[in-house]
This record gives sequence, structure tokens and C-alpha cells, in this order.
Amino acid sequence: MNALSVRDLTKTYRNGVQALKGIDLNVEQGDFFALLGPNGAGKTTLIGIVTSLVKKTGGEASIFGYDIDRDLEAAKSCIGVVPQEINFNMFETPETIVVNQAGFYGIPRPVARERAERYLRQLQLWDKRKHASRGLSGGMKRRLMIARALMHEPRLLILDEPTAGVDIEIRRSMWDFLRQINRSGTTIILTTHYLEEAESLCRNIAIIDGGRIIERDRMSNLLRRLHTETFVISLREPLAQAPSLTPYAARLTDEHTLEVEVSKDANLNDLFERLSAHGIEALSMRNKVNRLEEIFMRLVDKGAAA
Amino acid sequence: MSSVVENAAPPPLALGRARWIGFQTIVIREFHRIIRIWSQTILPSAVTATLYFVIFGTVIGSRIGPMGGFGYMMYIAPGLIMQAVINNSYTNVVSSFFGAKFGKHVEELLVSPLPSWLIVSGYVTGGVVRGAMVGVAVTAVALFFTHLPVLHPLIVVGAAVLTSVTFSLGGFLNAMFAKNFDQVSIIPTFLLSPLTYLGGVFYSITRLPQWAQHLSLADPILYMVNAFRFGFLGVSDVGVGEAFAIMLIAVTGLFTAAVVLMERGAGIRE
Repeated sequence: MNALSVRDLTKTYRNGVQALKGIDLNVEQGDFFALLGPNGAGKTTLIGIVTSLVKKTGGEASIFGYDIDRDLEAAKSCIGVVPQEINFNMFETPETIVVNQAGFYGIPRPVARERAERYLRQLQLWDKRKHASRGLSGGMKRRLMIARALMHEPRLLILDEPTAGVDIEIRRSMWDFLRQINRSGTTIILTTHYLEEAESLCRNIAIIDGGRIIERDRMSNLLRRLHTETFVISLREPLAQAPSLTPYAARLTDEHTLEVEVSKDANLNDLFERLSAHGIEALSMRNKVNRLEEIFMRLVDKGAAA
Repeated sequence: MSSVVENAAPPPLALGRARWIGFQTIVIREFHRIIRIWSQTILPSAVTATLYFVIFGTVIGSRIGPMGGFGYMMYIAPGLIMQAVINNSYTNVVSSFFGAKFGKHVEELLVSPLPSWLIVSGYVTGGVVRGAMVGVAVTAVALFFTHLPVLHPLIVVGAAVLTSVTFSLGGFLNAMFAKNFDQVSIIPTFLLSPLTYLGGVFYSITRLPQWAQHLSLADPILYMVNAFRFGFLGVSDVGVGEAFAIMLIAVTGLFTAAVVLMERGAGIRE
């Protein structure tokens, strides 16, 4: 069964902007699905339609077989949503926010309180449960929205940029948490600008651009096609401007440091030959991706263990 | 962190119970909001009522003499209570629902499976709760200044509840269309206050010239205030049955409008 099924979905806003131009998309039950695309591509509009915050212009959408036109209440019961913007009442406490949210889904208050404790503890917010939410840090606010979305234990969890502005340590613990949620059977649809996040978490991916799905594949297949790496090269002699290393894109970050973007299947000998042809001597080379993150995590882990 | 999500459960089958819990949750949230900011929700009306009783009742009222066969203070007491109920019912819903729109936490309700009529009912009940709390507070203040008999308790309660529902619905519609805080305050300032002051709170319209009496009959608040006053004192400038009919029509019309507009997403959905 599909957790989400969308057919020929269109949306034209009152100002004439055509945000979705006939989207077809299926997300299977149990999947961890990435929905990627540049700003304004239509991701949030698509999520808005599925969660009924945006009225569609045309097409069909169903959640676990419940059509959003005919069985909206049943469809909504299946969805938990973590929006891009903070959208809880800043004057309420985290505990009140999540317990009330459960109530909106018909969860009795005693059950809601148990779940509130469970999810606030799991998302490391239990100590803050009685504080006004406006005093929470950015990362805590994001985690609170995740806890809130889980209170009715939805079958489909939609996360729109859930880790925006969250520090690396918390982001990683959120990833672990989401993986566990997904392993327990919850289908997850994730939009993010952190491509490494999508790469790390998701099994399938769709890329949306200009209101259309331009790619839909398994993550592993897509990475084989699209993946590039950026190498940081330390130079012996300073450079005034970046050399032309076609087909590799090169830029100077300072006069002694050159960054070169290289396709994953490229032959690095070819790159060095081109550097030599420009009379450039490389002292060292490292892969830019995740390096600082790894060092930071090791330091944090070491600090925690000490 | 560990996960515990049970995923096989279907959507709740006990729809009626789920909806009842949802409704209760909205009302409890509204009640907590009223209590949390009691100095803005309860206190001002009690203070204002005290000033009205001191100025209009004691200082000016003694020169006006009896009205409708009652002392002036006793005559205006039901009107002042109703004025507080009207203002607070309206203000509670318009500020709470517009605040939810402005802070985007209205989305918590919009993405939930609660139907529109239940969301409207929850907010309106919140408005009625505040109207009732303030009504009781103003009544307590009134009892410091005057004796207040209750001849028809059911009419008192019926008129208060229907009036409170009417203006809670008005506040809800105002909040749906409001795009900024100025638009939240325009209707209370330029429509509600004049209609309330001209709605027989402080006088019997029989004291007015004929043309002004006819004009006053176009003011719906006149019917509400007089029905309420009839419940206490047994006197009214209008027919009580007529007044209740007008209130019921207003409630039905405004509720229908609010639900239809919610369904269409006016002012709240893209």
C-alpha cells in the first residue's frame, strides 16, 4: 500500500503563480523518502495540500488510501506534520502544547500525558516541559514540533526542514531518533536542504523543481549519478585567481587554498596533470565533505566520556 | 533516544468520542488562556463596571431618578452585565483566533481531523466561558451597589448565553477576515461600542423621541439587553419572544457563515 499517492496534482495561487504543474508521486508504506528541490520548487505547497493547509487547484491525493477530498478526516488522522516555520503558541509550555495536540486527534488526556512524557524525554525536552516555549532554543523548538507531530502516533510523518538551524550534535541525535521511528513502521517524508541528511536517512528520493518532479529514484541510484566531491588543496605558492581546470570547477578560498569539485568517478591523476600544467604545486589534499563535522563529533563524544 | 511508535492502528473508530475530546481540548485551552491573562480578561470589566456604578449609578443616577419603575442603579445593572458579556465574548474569540492565525498555531487545528463546525464551536464556547466569568464578576460588583432580583432565571441564562454565542461568532468571523491587529479592533470600537451604548444599557427607549425609538429598534443589542433585563426585573422595551427569535436567527446565521467560511478556508488556508 502507498502511504502517499498523488496524481496530476496542480496548484495555482491567486497571484497567478503556478506552484505545482501536475505532480505524480507514490511513497510506499514504511519508506524513508526524501523530497528535495530548490527554494520555491513546490515542496512546501505539496506538503501543504497533503496536510490540507493549502487548497489544491486540481488532481488527486490520498493517504493510505484515504482520498483527501472524500475522506479528509481519516486521511488527516494518519498524518503528523513538522512544518518549516515554528508554529506553536509561544506562550504555552511544551507539555501543554503536546498534550493539547493529542487532544485535537481525540487522544484522552491521561494517555496524552503519558505520551507527552515519553516523547519529551526522548527528544530531550522533559526538563523544559514547564517553561514557556518562547524561551526554548531554536533546536529545542524544532524538537518540540517533532514531539508534537508524534503525539497521535501517525502512520505518515512529514518533516519539512526539521533540522534547519539545529547544531550538529542535536541534528545527529534527531537523525537517530527518526531512523528508529521509521524502523518501527512509520513512513517518513523528509524535505531538507542538507543533502547529507537526505543521503544519510532516506532510501528513496524525488527532486522537484519548477512545480514538477524531475527525478524519482532510489537514493543509491541517484547518488551514483549525481555525486560529486569537493577537494581542498593546499598550495605551495600563492595564487591571485583560480586557474581554469575544465572540466573541474575550481575556486580560491584564500591565496593558498584551492577548492576543486570533482565527479566521483573522475580520474584524480587527470586533475593533478592539469594542476601541474598551470605550474601549481599541491602540498596536501583533503576531502571537504563532513570533515569538520566528524572532528566536532569526536571532540564532543570525548568531552562527554571524560 | 528510542522509538515506540505503534503503527498498525487504524484511525480512531470512536469518532464521536474523539471529536468530543477535541472539542474539550479547545475549550480547556481557551479557559487556560483566560486564566493565564486574567488581568487582561477578567479584571478590566470588573473595574469598568465599578466605575460605571459609581459615576452613573451614584453620582449621576441620583439626579436621574427612577426608570421603568426601578431605581436607576438597579435599572442599569442588567445592561452593564450584558455589556460586559458582549464585549468579552467578542474580544475573547477575536483575539484568541486572530492570535492563533498570526502566530500560525491555528495550523495545529487545521491539520487535525477536527471538522470545521467543531473548531468554531470550541472557540465560541471559549467566548461564552469568558462572557460567563466576566458576567459573574460584574454581577458581584453590582451587588455591592444595588439589590438585584431575579424574576425569570431561565430568561436570564438564555439571553446571556445566546447573546454571548452571537458575539463570540461575530468575533470569530472578524478574526477570520482580519489581516492585522488594527482590523481586530475596528469593529469593537466603531460598531460594537456605539450599538451597545445605544442599545438601552443606560436608559429605556421610551424616554426617547419617536423617531429615535424607531431607530433604536434596528439595534440588535437593544433586544438582548432588554430580554436580559426582563429576566431580572420583569420590564422590557421590546417583546421578549421577539428578542429570543432575533437572537436565535443571529446565532444560526452567524454559525452557518463561520462554518462555511472555515470550510472554504477564508483567511486561513492558501
